[in-house]
Amino acid sequence: MALPKHADTLERIWHYAYLVICGLIFLFLIAPILVVIPLSFNVEPYFTFTEKMLKLDPTGYSMRWYDLLLTFGMIDPDAARGGAWWADAWANSNWINATKNSIIIGFFSTLIATALGTFAALGLSRPEMPYRRTIMAVLISPMIVPIIITATGLFFFYSSIGIADWSIFGWKIPYLGVVLAHATLGIPFVIITVTATLVGFDHSLTRAAANMGADPVTTFFKVQMPLILPGVISGGLFAFVTSFDEVVVVLFVGGLDEQTIPRQMWNGIREQISPAILSVATILVIISVALLTTVELLRRRSERLRGMSPG
Amino acid sequence: MTDGLANQGASNSPGELLLTTVDGKPLKQALIHAQSRAKRRAFFLVMPLLLFILITFVAPIAQMLHRSVHNDGFIVTEDFGTGERTPIMVNLTQWFDENPPGSEIDESAYAALAADMVVLKEERAAGQAGTRINYEISGSRSLFTKTARNADKLAPPYKEAIIGVDPDWDNPELWTVMRSASSAYTATFYLAAIDMTRDANGNIEMVNENRQVYVKLFQRTLILSLVITFLTFLLAYPVAHLLATLPLRYSNLLMILVLLPFWTSLLVRTTSWMILLQSQGVINDAMVGLGVLDDENRIQMMYNQAGTVIAMTHILLPFMILPLYSVMRPINPSYVRAARSLGATSWTAFRRIYFPQTVPGIGAGALLVFILAVGYYITPALVGGADGQLISNLIAFHMQKSLNWSLAAALAALLLGGILILYWLYDRLIGIDNLKLG
Repeated sequence: MALPKHADTLERIWHYAYLVICGLIFLFLIAPILVVIPLSFNVEPYFTFTEKMLKLDPTGYSMRWYDLLLTFGMIDPDAARGGAWWADAWANSNWINATKNSIIIGFFSTLIATALGTFAALGLSRPEMPYRRTIMAVLISPMIVPIIITATGLFFFYSSIGIADWSIFGWKIPYLGVVLAHATLGIPFVIITVTATLVGFDHSLTRAAANMGADPVTTFFKVQMPLILPGVISGGLFAFVTSFDEVVVVLFVGGLDEQTIPRQMWNGIREQISPAILSVATILVIISVALLTTVELLRRRSERLRGMSPG
Repeated sequence: MTDGLANQGASNSPGELLLTTVDGKPLKQALIHAQSRAKRRAFFLVMPLLLFILITFVAPIAQMLHRSVHNDGFIVTEDFGTGERTPIMVNLTQWFDENPPGSEIDESAYAALAADMVVLKEERAAGQAGTRINYEISGSRSLFTKTARNADKLAPPYKEAIIGVDPDWDNPELWTVMRSASSAYTATFYLAAIDMTRDANGNIEMVNENRQVYVKLFQRTLILSLVITFLTFLLAYPVAHLLATLPLRYSNLLMILVLLPFWTSLLVRTTSWMILLQSQGVINDAMVGLGVLDDENRIQMMYNQAGTVIAMTHILLPFMILPLYSVMRPINPSYVRAARSLGATSWTAFRRIYFPQTVPGIGAGALLVFILAVGYYITPALVGGADGQLISNLIAFHMQKSLNWSLAAALAALLLGGILILYWLYDRLIGIDNLKLG
């Protein structure tokens, strides 16, 4: 990308202008995400930088909105902060309950999506797979079809089969409808990432394993699984994030008690936006940085395992 | 058995040497066997997921499509407790069957209506039947409940009696709507979704100018999506080019700036744009602070189309950068160098040599961004205000507020049809297998 020595003045100007333009576009990409972080420590209930904040005056900053996340919904938020206070927060804080729901729904939908998606990706990447293209198109479609259409369809479907009343031995399965829907939405990501790791997979490895007397199950766990594991984990993380961030389906088919973090945020933004939303947003940004790092490390490991890059 | 097969194979191709496997099967057949077994095995791996998707995704959407042409709210009532279905409006439906469209609404029609009103009162279904008509003529729900309340007092001549309860019954349009509602399968909702209706004689016509909303909204969705696609292209091209030409060490680092928004919650990104764009928000405050703007003349950047376009361009930008990058990375720089050494200016070298090689990436990114933009819901709902709403928002409105579910389903079906055509095109041109996520 460096300028050649013979470049004339105009080319030099253009080159630096181009770098500045790229810098501005990167700023456009990243600034909106970073701007919420300092604002979430605002001592005032405003959504903009106060003078104190700009002067880096410590009194302009506070943790009050993070504290509000814990106390909002508690029975007695003003009690002394001891064991009883934390027990109250754990049981009644709206945001803590939303987090619990989000994690439970995310965990089970990821489990379903990853398990089914990995096996399907194994089948799809075999050269013998019949109707490969059509089936792939169907399996990826939940990512393409607008979420409002999926949610509308599920709303009618779930109410016609009465999924809210389904039970096993008298135990009503909680979150069932939302978990199944989120699994569906996560599946395309698992398929895409796992088939990507299977591209260039050396099928002679499995044949070699079979040759040495391994049965298909052993071959899968000892030969294929270690090689595709990075892809499976990234796919699973994608599926989890999809569920963790999904609000429309939850709004349409979730029960009133099935509050999740995005739903709580959605309500907060629509009704009266409070800076507490910004502290949630900050926490979510930190989580996404962690996830992105994990996925990048996994991708590099996968490429190294498959000998695609030196490492 | 094996012998028989072997003989058959031999007789089919006399003179050729027949290759057999160890157990005596002809090689060709053994191969076909093995291949079909491999096929079955591959298919069995995919089948659980395929079934799962068919049940949890395809079936619900198929059911929704059915609802867009089927609405029996006017002719059947369902008991919520027992699920028992009772026909209503039987007499009127029969009258419609016997009298073609355009017939005079005579005493026999009103008599049928009066008889049905008695049933509506018994079944407590007047509200439901009225709601079905209310989708097309507002005020009909109360017309039905009011008339059903007085059903027992109605006496011949029914025409005067019913019009005496409410003169609205003398509206020919009402009778046209009731006629179309008396059959469960109807194209009414699709007509409504493209701003059309039937006149008293059953002919299709456009609705009044001031009631035309949906065609305009489809147009707006298309235009805004095109604008957003174009903007993402403008912003993504230089960045993708920079990433593709930098050494991997640096480009991997910069790539994080592209992937981080991709991994960040959609709601977080939308919230960020809200606090940036608000009239008391960061951008306006900064401009007032710098003296660019007066405090009174803050720019309204949110709750209008500008808000939708800015926020969605940001959110969809990675979907344009990634396909462009994966096409630009393998482009050999010596082509451009060769062009330059043959005397091309840098602009000509770019236009004639570099740009044509990136067209597949532009196509992939543009189609993907456009497909995603057309169906967007959350961002326009939060930052779009009244005139930044897209078609998805109207579907949500009919699902949650107006409760005209069949119209919502018809709008969704039209949107889905458009998306599926684009998706098919994407698969044909680019191939879904080439979809990459980071």
